Amino acid sequence: MDFSSIVSALPDLLQGMLLTLKLLVFAVAGGIALGTLLALARLSSNRLLSFLAGFYVNYFRSIPLLLVITWFYFIVPFMLAWATGKMHPVGAFASSLVAFMMFEAAYYCEIVRAGIQSIPKGQVNAAYALGLNYHQAMRLVVLPQAFRKMAPLLLQQSIILFQDTALVYAVGLMDFLNTARSRGDITGQLHEFLLFAGVIYFVLSFIASRIVLRLQSKLAVGQN
Amino acid sequence: MIRFNKVNKWFGRDHHVLKNITLEVKQGEVVVVCGPSGSGKSTLIRTINQLEPVNDGVIIVDGITITDPKTNINKVREEVGFVFQHFNLYPHLTVLENITLAPIQVRKMEKAAAEQLGVELLERVGLLNKKDVYPAQLSGGQQQRVAIARGLAMRPKVMLFDEPTSALDPEMIGEVLKVMQDLAESGMTMVVVTHEMGFAREVSDRVIFLDHGEILEDAKPEDFFTNPQHERAKQFLRQILAPMHQ
Repeated sequence: MDFSSIVSALPDLLQGMLLTLKLLVFAVAGGIALGTLLALARLSSNRLLSFLAGFYVNYFRSIPLLLVITWFYFIVPFMLAWATGKMHPVGAFASSLVAFMMFEAAYYCEIVRAGIQSIPKGQVNAAYALGLNYHQAMRLVVLPQAFRKMAPLLLQQSIILFQDTALVYAVGLMDFLNTARSRGDITGQLHEFLLFAGVIYFVLSFIASRIVLRLQSKLAVGQN
Repeated sequence: MIRFNKVNKWFGRDHHVLKNITLEVKQGEVVVVCGPSGSGKSTLIRTINQLEPVNDGVIIVDGITITDPKTNINKVREEVGFVFQHFNLYPHLTVLENITLAPIQVRKMEKAAAEQLGVELLERVGLLNKKDVYPAQLSGGQQQRVAIARGLAMRPKVMLFDEPTSALDPEMIGEVLKVMQDLAESGMTMVVVTHEMGFAREVSDRVIFLDHGEILEDAKPEDFFTNPQHERAKQFLRQILAPMHQ
């Protein structure tokens, strides 16, 4: 085992990690935002809205993420061309990001939906009784409580997403793992690079899981 | 202030929960609604701010026909305070934030003015020292007093109470009833669903007895307690006033 070439590859690896984290942060933010809208749609009394959201969620939960990533890579430029009338070059990063957001939204939706359903009906009634409308009741009373309850699950899902970002190798993005693999190939030290990558993924995921546990016990104390 | 005209409500197809309710509550009046459990009294009070919609009949609150589908029900709810059996305070907000939320969001009050109002109301219910704690840190009686202050913060024209003391330990009932009595003496129009017959006798102007969704008695408290007309009301009073001798 010879780890010497890892040191000289560190700037590249850092670049790769930055791409991974950028993908992660945007995908989590977009995924939770879209997932929350889907959850509200699924719980809506409007049958059509609820059906469409349910169909979306079930569909995306039934197909492999890798398929979605490659599919969007090929299809997003065409969709944009169809919508705007001219070709736009869409990078692998943008198409991957859209794929992650839309895919993860299906999972975040189910978490947020469970969170909303766990809030007692009396909370909504109290909000309505004071003259708040549906949007105010959701935004100010129900969702803040639901997110507090669901924070550990949302984080857990985001850790899974962190690991899944490695799938962008399929569309040629140089994320952390792909950078490590490519540098390993060049230097002939693939094993060392992959071992190193594994350690880094483990350490980051492990720290994040500890934060989840902390959060869980803290929230458990705060509940009445 | 509140008028019911031939109001009917069904749960499902068969359960006729409110039967031809006709009723008027005048400004400044304190009306107690009592009756056996399942008689429809909670449903009745919830129809006044349309937390329960009705199937048939007309309800007018402060001159607004709330059973008209064109009515913006949120506007009416702003004028009608509601106190729940289980308090329903917002657990993620402090006591003061619980009170100021609706005035700021619905009445578009300035934050400072809303907080000033919140402080005054907390003083009125004797809980000013608790303004920065969270509801979970309060006793049931304290939570219910905060819930009353929260309702009053909208400066409502009517206050509705749905069994406000039923979820409380016995030693805390008095503090909540005291706040309600003060409120009644200040001239607030109140409709109170309760089993507290002492409150009904001493504070209310009228007692309504409901059984199986029907109003069987509508009388001044002295008449209701000394001379109930209906056999089921007599039986109810026997049971509730002397529970040991059923």
